[in-house]
Amino acid sequence: MHAPSPASAPALEIRGLRKRFERPAVDNLDLTVKRGEFYALVGPNGAGKTTTLRMVAGLLSPDAGDIFLAGIDARSDPVAAKRLLAWVSDEPMIYDKLTPFEYLEFVAGLWQVEAKTAQARAHELLGWLGLTAHAQERCEGFSKGMRQKVALAGALVHDPQVIILDEPLTGLDAGSARQVKSVLRERVNEGGTVIMTTHILEVAERMADRIGIIAHGKLIAEGTLEELRVRARGTATLEDTFLTLVAEQAAA
Amino acid sequence: MNTPATTLWFAAHELRLAWRDALAMLTGGKRRRAYVAGIGIIGFVLFMHAMAFLGLRNVPDIGMNPSKTALVFISGSALLAFALMISQSMESVTRAFYTRSDLDLILSSPASARRLFSLRIVIMAAGSIMMALLLAGPFINVMAFWHGARWLSAYGVVLSMGAASAALAVGFTVALFRTIGARRTRLIAQVVAAIIGAAFVIGLQVGAILSYGNLSRFTFLQSDALAAHLPDVTSFIWWPARAMLGDIHALAIVFLISMALLFAAVVIFAPRFGDHALAAAGIAFERRRQSAARDFRAQSQRRALRRKEWRLLARDPWLMSQTLMQILYLLPPAILLWRNYGEGAGALVILIPVLVMAAGQLAGGLAWLAISGEDAPELVATAPVPPGFIVRGKIEAVLGACALVFSPLIAAILFVSPMEALIASAGITVAVIAATMIQLWFRAQAKRSHFRRRHTSSRVATFAEAFSSISWAGTAALVASGSALALLPAATGVLVLAVARGLRPRS
Repeated sequence: MHAPSPASAPALEIRGLRKRFERPAVDNLDLTVKRGEFYALVGPNGAGKTTTLRMVAGLLSPDAGDIFLAGIDARSDPVAAKRLLAWVSDEPMIYDKLTPFEYLEFVAGLWQVEAKTAQARAHELLGWLGLTAHAQERCEGFSKGMRQKVALAGALVHDPQVIILDEPLTGLDAGSARQVKSVLRERVNEGGTVIMTTHILEVAERMADRIGIIAHGKLIAEGTLEELRVRARGTATLEDTFLTLVAEQAAA
Repeated sequence: MNTPATTLWFAAHELRLAWRDALAMLTGGKRRRAYVAGIGIIGFVLFMHAMAFLGLRNVPDIGMNPSKTALVFISGSALLAFALMISQSMESVTRAFYTRSDLDLILSSPASARRLFSLRIVIMAAGSIMMALLLAGPFINVMAFWHGARWLSAYGVVLSMGAASAALAVGFTVALFRTIGARRTRLIAQVVAAIIGAAFVIGLQVGAILSYGNLSRFTFLQSDALAAHLPDVTSFIWWPARAMLGDIHALAIVFLISMALLFAAVVIFAPRFGDHALAAAGIAFERRRQSAARDFRAQSQRRALRRKEWRLLARDPWLMSQTLMQILYLLPPAILLWRNYGEGAGALVILIPVLVMAAGQLAGGLAWLAISGEDAPELVATAPVPPGFIVRGKIEAVLGACALVFSPLIAAILFVSPMEALIASAGITVAVIAATMIQLWFRAQAKRSHFRRRHTSSRVATFAEAFSSISWAGTAALVASGSALALLPAATGVLVLAVARGLRPRS
């Protein structure tokens, strides 16, 4: 398949993506996310959301299909694709023995961000996320919420075009969740693209520009909240819409 | 079924956990390997008996009235083992304080924590005894076979040593806890445990170097000069040695004193064990500040990776106990080098293999931490770097750390003999690279905190690492002594690597 030209290309374009473990986890999936969009991928447990995004991030090899990040073929040129991308998982993977400041310096080094720029951005991010007072403390004593915020700061310190988050709000208290959401929204306002899986439908409902519903490895519905409601015959909430569409898919 | 929360009930629970833990250690979590592990243990025991037969075949019967020199030799050998047992027990006690596992459940339950901790102190003693029996048992059996059943009383001494070592280890560790607090005890206890474990061996070797100019502690133990400085044969300090020789009276006293020590440790320390564990748990939530912020440095991706690895190695809480002992064992060779300064390169033939062996072992541990013990695998996997880049950066970090440890010694040898320095550096380089390659082939994703269990992930890697280090140490020694036989251990080293590579897991 031909790659879209980088300038006009969507932030993420997936074509015919397949991955099989004991059974198909992702089954001939097509998905397009526009630049500057906040896209939420929702679905039941085991639907294939995380597997899809892990393939996009280069953490899993697809069995078949194409992945383009801003027009760059992620399978044939993974290094170039990774330069544009940040990945945040539900379980924050940071180094206990490093401070947030040292962690951000390491991430900036890996993504080759100029030192002064990275440092200024690190201070800014730590401030936004309420971590300035803890910037010189080792992460080992941090709560889950603080660790997730450090991981998020790491994802943003290299100014990625596309940020992919897998259940980023799991286990966060209300205050931390709000800080994370506001940083992500700010990111989209600045022109970045956010793709997020979540099981908290209220988050998808409030934050996402478009929502994709995935079940059995296939995208069964996609659109704005309003479009999805119409498709589910005028259900009131995303939860109702989601349950209706998933039930229809199961019955089909 | 036992009544819940009684000592017997806890004992059954602990035994079940200990059995499964031991099985996992031996089989790497794969049950079908249990038969292989069983055959391996039987093979090891037979091998140790064969070694004991070979080693003790010319040892004369000392009889029930040994000379002072014989008593010094037996007591010294027992003290060597005792120091190692105390060291091992101290590490167990420290881990019991700092490892959470089921402590939260137990301490929050209405069951008597004192009972459980009493039992755990006894189990630590049992662990120490089991390890000592595995190593000393064959030698005791062979002595009993050659010189009579009275030698079986040495088993009683091993039991006593295990009990006493656990009691002393608990006492030392709790004393540290009370004097320097929970935060510092974890590090200091590891250092003290390593020093206790190595001190006696090092002391004897230093004595041998200063008296005889060689590293043989046994020569020193059998010397008249040492015997002349020690009490008469009737002194109580020889009771453990006499007990080993079959003196039932001495055995009864040694056994009773050891059991009294263990009993006292249980009675005094078990009720406080929970408090100490809680205090240790508190440090997990403490925030530890690093020095004031400095500016980000401009750095290449490779340098960023190396600096991260070095920082993590320097801050690893358990690395000290794993590597300090290896570094401490370098002290006697260093003293030997210092003593022989300007007297030619003869002593270096002894020194070089020690250095090569230590380098291989140190590199194996560091390589595991850097390559397998990656706590943020997804971060580095999503970084924009070519395949293999991350691993290369990590290998560079390991080589750099090893260079930091061994360069001063190589520099010192260089002043004595440039040729020997070249041989030593070549041997160290090969041993380090070989150990790192083995860790690379057998890498498995793990938390850094699981470092102590790294040997369970692959027995092949563990044995390959050990045999590789031994082969390269032998090669370096023979090259240094100018023998063409060096080709044999070198070929063995290459063969070990080839076999390890062939057996590496395919992903």
